[in-house]
Amino acid sequence: MHPIHSYYEATARQRLAGLLDPGSFREILPPTTRTVSPHLEALGLPVAFDDGIVIGAARLDGLRVLVAAQEGGFMGGAVGEVHGAKLVGLLERARRDHVDGVVLLLETGGVRLQEANAGLIAVSEVIRAIAATRAGGVPVVGAIGGQYGCFGGMGIAAACCTALVVSEEGRLGLSGPEVIETAHGVDEFDARDRALVWRTVGGKHRYLMGDCAALVDDRIDAFRDALAAAVRAGEPFGLSALEAEHRMLAARVAAHGRDADATDIWRTLGWEQPADVPGLATADFVAQARTRRAA
Amino acid sequence: MDWRTTVDRLFPDGHDVAADGDFLGGTGRSHGEAYAVIGQTNHADVGVELALRMAQATLAVVREHPGRPILFLIDTRGQRLRHRDELLGINRYMAHLAKCVELARAAGHAVIALVYDQALSGGFLASGMMADTCAALPEAEIRVMGLPAMARVTRIAEERLRALAAHSPVFGPGAANYVTMGAIDRLWDGDLAACLAAARAAAEPRDRRRALGQERGGRALAAGIAERVLDAVVTE
Repeated sequence: MHPIHSYYEATARQRLAGLLDPGSFREILPPTTRTVSPHLEALGLPVAFDDGIVIGAARLDGLRVLVAAQEGGFMGGAVGEVHGAKLVGLLERARRDHVDGVVLLLETGGVRLQEANAGLIAVSEVIRAIAATRAGGVPVVGAIGGQYGCFGGMGIAAACCTALVVSEEGRLGLSGPEVIETAHGVDEFDARDRALVWRTVGGKHRYLMGDCAALVDDRIDAFRDALAAAVRAGEPFGLSALEAEHRMLAARVAAHGRDADATDIWRTLGWEQPADVPGLATADFVAQARTRRAA
Repeated sequence: MDWRTTVDRLFPDGHDVAADGDFLGGTGRSHGEAYAVIGQTNHADVGVELALRMAQATLAVVREHPGRPILFLIDTRGQRLRHRDELLGINRYMAHLAKCVELARAAGHAVIALVYDQALSGGFLASGMMADTCAALPEAEIRVMGLPAMARVTRIAEERLRALAAHSPVFGPGAANYVTMGAIDRLWDGDLAACLAAARAAAEPRDRRRALGQERGGRALAAGIAERVLDAVVTE
């Protein structure tokens, strides 16, 4: 088997193998423990022996980290009781042990609706654990670049992280385009218009809005370098940092609250030819974004 | 459910809580103590503006009233499902609110939430579900989403979901099921001021929901799995 270089194409385990220092990964609750969802079993649905999330301790570019990788191939990475409890335990362990950081490879549609209330509560426990871990002084960095993006309550969890590393292929939001189309019709959000979906929730737009710290090529090594840099950079969690975020978010609504499309926002940010943004290669785009990006 | 009735019952010693659109804000006095009240009304669709407003109120309490307990009053039918909110990054606004609640907790504020009407998914995650302890009125409506929508997404027949909901706290809507699951500490009835005082006295920063879910039989596994992750022996 030759190594996989594309983050987008890789499975959760392949991503970990490519990101972490060779031989350093120690899995916690590996598939041999058969830690499966009782709720899926009760419904007669297929289960996974890791419940769709791989967690453990490792080194990332020498840093002592705890890591989690969601497997989009199992129920779109959705969070159920067991999946969520693995994440929560990992985050609390990070805070207790004062590791250098937590790395979350996020690929998820949010709440696993087959687990209904248990899924919603699990997501809320993850959100709270991320915030508490950060308040405890441990950076939590996230990566988004898989097929399923990062949506639902886990989109909130992602934005609670210290920093996010996203690829152009990565998508991040709260309500998925299909959900919005179902609620308010195709004129509100045409979920089949891929270009519209991309420029609304895609990596480049999120980067230009200041919602991710780094935009990287779809390569596992590019994610690794940016994630390690984000753990090293850290970011304080406290009143002044949240006040600064508050001013930024209020300014965003004031500046862009009436813009109908991402291209209107990009034009305001200084992109004279916003229609060209989608076609730019990542390196070129990031270089040009230096002076054309919010925050 | 009128928020005024609830607030009057919570604060017999007086309050100045007022609505501004879907936002509720003010101060209430109960058992000799002042509470910062931050809330929602009209079954709010929580969009970027309301999330920001609630975050602003939370930050103001931390800045101006160190130690003052905070009471979130929840009435939301979910996050606002609009293209505009996604374009602006509503997930970041919700996360900002959640982080402000965590900041308040870390700064020593007791954070209590009460679902007095509705609580659905996204509008609930960043506010009520971030509290140290969340209570509900017995008639409160709490759920992830409606069964027809859930049937569509999960491709499980609605009839089957309805049958499951009737017997299982995992699927069933309603405040009592969320008590069994550990997400709601208890139902408040009768003397709401006394309920609030008791919750304030018992509030602690640790997230106790998975332990409560296990004690009450609603979530058999979450607590044990988190403990196993915490206790796992890892050799370098």
